[in-house]
Amino acid sequence: MNTDASLPLEEIRARLAGARGREYWRCLDEIAATPAFEEFLHREYPAGASEWRDELSRRHFFQIMAASFALAGLGACTKQPLENIVPYVKQPPELTPGKPLYYATALTLGGFANGVIATSREGRPIKIEGNPDHPSSLGATSVFMQAAVLDLYDPDRAQSVLRAGQPSDWTTFVSAMNAAMQDQQTRRGAGVRILTGSVTSPTLRAQLAELLGKYPAAKWLQWEPLTRDNVREGARLAFGEVVETHYAFEDAAVVLALDSDFLSTHPAALRYARKFADRRRVKQPDGASMNRLYAIEPTPTLTGAMADHRLPVSSMEVENITRALAQRLGIPAGVGVTSHDDWLSPVARDLEAHAGAGVVIPGESQPPAVHALAHLINGKLGNFGRTITFTDSIEPAPANQLASLRELVADMQSGAVDLLIMLEGNPVFDAPADLNFADALAKVKTCVRLGFDDNETSRFCHWHIAAAHALESWSDARAFDGTVSLIQPLIEPLFDGKTTHEVIDALIRQPGRASYDIVREYWWGQGWPGFEKWWRAALDRGVVANSAAPPRAVTLAASAPPASPPPPSKTEIIFRADPTIWDGRFVNNAWLQELAKPITKLTWDNAALISPALAQREKLQNGDVVELKFRGRSLRAPVWIVPGQAERSVTLHVGYGRARTGRVGAGAGVNAFSLRTSDALCSGGGLEIVRTGETRELVSTQMHHSMEGRDIIRSGTLPAFMRDPNFTGKEKEPRPSREDTLYHPDEFKYDGYKWGLSIDLNVCIGCNACTIACQAENNIPVVGKHQVSAGRDMQWIRVDRYFRGGLDNPEMNHQPVPCMHCENAPCELVCPVGATVHDHEGLNVQVYNRCIGTRYCSNNCPYKVRRFNFLEFNAGLTAVQKMAKNPDVTVRSRGVMEKCTYCTQRINAARIPAEIAGRKIRDGEIVTACQAACPVEAIVFGDLNDPASRVAKLKEQPLDYWMLGELNTRPRTSYLAKLRNPNPELTV
Amino acid sequence: MAFVVAIVGAGWVTDAVFWSPYTTYVHVPQAQPVPFSHQHHVDGLGIDCRYCHTSVESSPYAGLPPTETCMTCHSQLWTQAPLLEPIHRSLATNTPVKWTRVNDLPDFVYFDHSIHVNKGIGCATCHGPVDQMPLTWRANTLYMKWCLDCHRAPENQIRPREEVFNMKWSQPAGQAALGRQLVAKYHVETDRLTNCSVCHH
Amino acid sequence: MSERPEPPYEVSPLGYPARLLAPGETYESVSDKIASIPLARHPPRAWYFGFLIGFSFFMLLLLGVTWLFMKGVGIWGINIPVAWGFAIVNFVWWIGIGHAGTFISAILLLLHQQWRTAINRFSEAMTLFAVACAGLFPLLHLGRPWVFWWILPYPDTMGLWPQFRSPLVWDVFAVSTYFTVSLLFWFLGLMPDLATVRDRATNVWQKKIYGVLALGWRGSAAHWHRQQTAYLMLAGLATPLVLSVHSVVSFDFAVAIVPGWHSTIFPPYFVAGAIYSGFAMVLNIVIPVRKLYGLERLITMRTLNNMANVMLVTGEIVAYGYLIEAFMAWYSGDVFEEYMMKNRAFGPYGFAFWALMLLNVVIPQVLWLRRVRTNLALLFLVALSINVGMWVERFVIVITSLNRDFTPSAWHLFIPTFWDWAILAGTIGMFFMLQFLFMRLLPMISISETRELVAEPEKAER
Repeated sequence: MNTDASLPLEEIRARLAGARGREYWRCLDEIAATPAFEEFLHREYPAGASEWRDELSRRHFFQIMAASFALAGLGACTKQPLENIVPYVKQPPELTPGKPLYYATALTLGGFANGVIATSREGRPIKIEGNPDHPSSLGATSVFMQAAVLDLYDPDRAQSVLRAGQPSDWTTFVSAMNAAMQDQQTRRGAGVRILTGSVTSPTLRAQLAELLGKYPAAKWLQWEPLTRDNVREGARLAFGEVVETHYAFEDAAVVLALDSDFLSTHPAALRYARKFADRRRVKQPDGASMNRLYAIEPTPTLTGAMADHRLPVSSMEVENITRALAQRLGIPAGVGVTSHDDWLSPVARDLEAHAGAGVVIPGESQPPAVHALAHLINGKLGNFGRTITFTDSIEPAPANQLASLRELVADMQSGAVDLLIMLEGNPVFDAPADLNFADALAKVKTCVRLGFDDNETSRFCHWHIAAAHALESWSDARAFDGTVSLIQPLIEPLFDGKTTHEVIDALIRQPGRASYDIVREYWWGQGWPGFEKWWRAALDRGVVANSAAPPRAVTLAASAPPASPPPPSKTEIIFRADPTIWDGRFVNNAWLQELAKPITKLTWDNAALISPALAQREKLQNGDVVELKFRGRSLRAPVWIVPGQAERSVTLHVGYGRARTGRVGAGAGVNAFSLRTSDALCSGGGLEIVRTGETRELVSTQMHHSMEGRDIIRSGTLPAFMRDPNFTGKEKEPRPSREDTLYHPDEFKYDGYKWGLSIDLNVCIGCNACTIACQAENNIPVVGKHQVSAGRDMQWIRVDRYFRGGLDNPEMNHQPVPCMHCENAPCELVCPVGATVHDHEGLNVQVYNRCIGTRYCSNNCPYKVRRFNFLEFNAGLTAVQKMAKNPDVTVRSRGVMEKCTYCTQRINAARIPAEIAGRKIRDGEIVTACQAACPVEAIVFGDLNDPASRVAKLKEQPLDYWMLGELNTRPRTSYLAKLRNPNPELTV
Repeated sequence: MAFVVAIVGAGWVTDAVFWSPYTTYVHVPQAQPVPFSHQHHVDGLGIDCRYCHTSVESSPYAGLPPTETCMTCHSQLWTQAPLLEPIHRSLATNTPVKWTRVNDLPDFVYFDHSIHVNKGIGCATCHGPVDQMPLTWRANTLYMKWCLDCHRAPENQIRPREEVFNMKWSQPAGQAALGRQLVAKYHVETDRLTNCSVCHH
Repeated sequence: MSERPEPPYEVSPLGYPARLLAPGETYESVSDKIASIPLARHPPRAWYFGFLIGFSFFMLLLLGVTWLFMKGVGIWGINIPVAWGFAIVNFVWWIGIGHAGTFISAILLLLHQQWRTAINRFSEAMTLFAVACAGLFPLLHLGRPWVFWWILPYPDTMGLWPQFRSPLVWDVFAVSTYFTVSLLFWFLGLMPDLATVRDRATNVWQKKIYGVLALGWRGSAAHWHRQQTAYLMLAGLATPLVLSVHSVVSFDFAVAIVPGWHSTIFPPYFVAGAIYSGFAMVLNIVIPVRKLYGLERLITMRTLNNMANVMLVTGEIVAYGYLIEAFMAWYSGDVFEEYMMKNRAFGPYGFAFWALMLLNVVIPQVLWLRRVRTNLALLFLVALSINVGMWVERFVIVITSLNRDFTPSAWHLFIPTFWDWAILAGTIGMFFMLQFLFMRLLPMISISETRELVAEPEKAER
């Protein structure tokens, strides 16, 4: 966008400064309200652009071409066609047709396990829920865990054994491996390399040990693109050995996050989020207490958004600040003063005041020194043993993964590698750019990859083995606290994929065992008394009892580590995990692609996130393409202005810009890894930004809009609440009377059940788990980038994000918005065919098969939570993709309105057995998909007529309020206002 | 005048077509891979519905017998009968028998057998005199209107639980009174029964 | 004043056009002038021209509708929150245009406004075609048009009925009734003229066809008596409809809670707007046609002048409507209403709002000047501006109200696509195609009523 169209950021500042009272805003363009913005928008959706062209060329995966007339016919008056009904030949004993089966298993990310309960319908895994017995999951799920089901049915999965790209088969592969290993016998395996990610699987560990025992000269190397090297090295600095640090947020009154996003990207994030939130729930004013969170971070994260005080500084400054803090706390750390003393001193005092009840947690992307300093500080504050405990490393063989990768590349370059086995991973794409992994890989004689997808690395592999999905595999893995989970399959491998165990076993013995035998035999060998019973229990509960790593003592280093050299330049680049596609492994997952990133609300793309100040200086607008020049490499990327971004930090989320991937991920975003060098894995100074004058369409689900002084998110501070409990809650203004309606107020009496939902904004961290859980549960289609930009996203529960305060460091608040299920629902009155109607329990029911698509209901919905099938969004699904659909929820066709149903199918699933047993549905028996997924238990569903129900109690609280309640819609979904617990000594 | 006649005529014809067996399949015996006779098995041999439709009391689906179930008897009886050839082949080749659906609801209707059976709605109420069907046919239109007739006034159809599987049961003279009494006894919430959410997810 | 050239028509003492009928017209001349048109072997060349343009746009409509039915309403620019787009805008616009017909033929008849005679046949035909165009849209805009009849009350296989609280159901009845009554009214007036054409037809086929259409009209006293009674009765019946139809259409908006829709002023100001645009459309058609077929002596300046006056009046009512809307937005003190008004004028669609003010409020003020009212070219342009303006008005009401309502997080722009425009243009094409067919095949001015004017000049000059 040309310069004259640039945003008058000065003017915006002025406005915000002058803004009276609470001023929420969502996007710069909006508060700027420049004509340029409107023009910008217009340019963003070119008038007359007709959608199908885009669909066909760009994303024909969601091809909308469908025999609509045939559909029309069925919809209208043709007679019902005769169908077949096909029974089993032998019915599995555990299966009752029409009833779901639940299996406890686990999903891993970066090696660490999260326990899940997977739902299977007639043999199809269709839904993932957390396993309450699992220490890391505590019954919740992350967006990645929810999306696992879609990966399972991804038609772009690697589907067979390929030899030099030609179809081969497993037995040929096994014999080939056998031959290869025979050759190695003499050289004791000197030419063999195994490359894995972080490994916690005891079985795999044992297998590798066996392999290395047999071939002592062979090497096992590890590489995770989002490596936790800093954590390991930090521990080494502080304690002289690698230990795992565990934080007990349940006991932490004061938390200082040093560029740590422990609420969303930590291996134990789900647990930490729950425990953290439990310390924030406030019910009654008397004796109310909340923990206090300080965050120092360069780029806004969910953790930063939750913080009571947030200090945006560049990633490189964090170490200095940490040293200054340490100094203040009496640890000689070399740095006395920083430019942030006014901020730091109160924090230091607060930490000291809560010695033994505080946590200072450093982020994975901070250098080892920061971790070491954090350990020193925690030690000094006496937090060890109270809020912080240590165990041996959960990874059986913790390695410095960068060194590990360097070693591999060196060996490959020298031609020493005859056989390279890669278990998953995509180093060609995600290895540090300066290592030239691809060139080195080309020198390997035989290269084998076990991979879930056909990616950049596959291209170099002589053998490519399709990997089995976790829901198809037997395996095991450890949670962050060391607890072991057995991973069991729900379904035979759809494309006869193999597991890591089977591949390694094929290297050790002929003919190679099935992973079931491998895993079982390993655990048999562990000599558990009463193995069969033990095995059953482990499978049923999803965790192995008492397998958590025992706490251990550590000896803290005497002094702080030496200061790192000062940064070369002020402008820095930061590489971070993408909030929805992680390191790129989920790039082909349509649910995750379409999921709006928590803070930016971008979908289908990544961008160079820049601060308003930088944008102002460089005259940049959202979508302007810049050339990022970093240490001799350059990358063209569109920019996105993020309030709260540290002034001179530019953030790139990794994983996008794939050269080789499936139809969903192709063409999305830019490749951050291409800039990432081994000396700047997480961040690095010396970035140059050059404007190119080009622009690229970036699509955000929430482009614009200030709150216009409307009372949509209510928030305040803990002291204010304690002074006056009703300062912002339901008593703030009287609710309109039930009688204020033209129609009979008692048309519905709700004398049976009375369903309601409560959402606690005070603990909601905005992680989007609810959105994607809902998508999985309710067969919600994905519409593609262009349709999202046209305003047709389909997610039933969206997470709105509002800013408040200044541009450079605004307060961020999240608000999940499902259907409100109004008692006086505006939508119901205007539907001409009664396709959206009330039911006797207060549900606002949407009847797809009655809907004729006037869309009047959506116009009349003040919350705009209704979603419309503008096109046949479900067309073109392959048979395999259809397997992901939930059989209990109608798949909506074109021309039909849909919206949140409070998971009415789950209500019926609970009601029918209850009625057969002649009892009432118990509180907590119905759990909506969003509620089940929520890591912080912010969402609670239940019967409002049961005074003992959790939801009824929550709605009793003074903080409970109705969104847009003045319209007298009488919503059944209500919110608990958000509170913050600021440090009285601090202003920012 | 002619205009009016045309309109009304067209309306009448459409109505007739919609309610004709051609559209509804009512009383149209469906050809099956094996001409299975409920009449013979139920009326003749007195086999209980639940012997084959095992999950009818516990699941939305009544359950269609797997080939094995047929074989419990037919591994001994009529083993050579050519009529049963498909069944034997099914077991031998482990490929299911493709029966033709007789009672078929649209995919957006979530009918649950267990609740109906447990609240005293007899099999015959919807499926008709199956025990008199040499080849099974659809006894009712299964149109939504037909469902609602009962959901609006269950007392007209409800019967004592113990009579649910009794094909010979017929409504007593005092059905009205009995119905009201059973509706109360089985806690059938009549006002809730017509909520869309009861059948449509 | 004196130096100004005499106007080319007789003027009343006040200087207004005086005669409804040029002097010297006789039964014969009138019948000749009018009846000769449908009977002519070849229409004027301009007719072919106009018809072909209309026809080609009609083809565009068919194309657009085919694509629409194949893909779904997603081919338009609509989205959430702007779930209603051009389809509804066009619907309201066409219905509005349709109003002039019945207003002229029914209400002016009851008010003994003889000047209606020259134009009632046109405007009635126009009404039918406009309503036909309008009638398309409720169907086209449905997500699932193949089940449109679920909106009608009939004993279905689902045991369900329409939801009578919804204004859309009221629409169905209002519009269909209006169409039926207008059709009957039009045809009833047409019968004697069809007979005249039949009698004058030389070609045997024309005789047959017009004969059938005339339903055996022989012009007997009895026939006239019954025809006149029926005509009056229908006029009485149609009059309330003129008011009801657009009131009901306005309920589609007024009943909803959307800021900018939820307003009690809608019914009167929609009706006024309807007549406003209706008259404008009649003028846009009559002025060229009058020239084309040399009907200046039958459609005199007095008629045009009167129509201009009606537009002026309704125009002021509409302007008052806009004023009140703005006032209420401020007076209500309701944040949503206030923001709605702010958004209308200064939001992303501000341009539309100001265009509306210019086209519908500012420009028509020139009609205060007799010189403009009696200047064909200017009158034509003003009428055109009003027609466009009224379309923009509906755009402003529908789109700007929806694109920013209660929940800011959901706000989104509406950008019309090619197909939005194609279908709008298509219906305009269809409208003119039908109009041209009508002018070719049927007497476009009421022969019988014009003869009355010849017979009772004093009536005409009242």
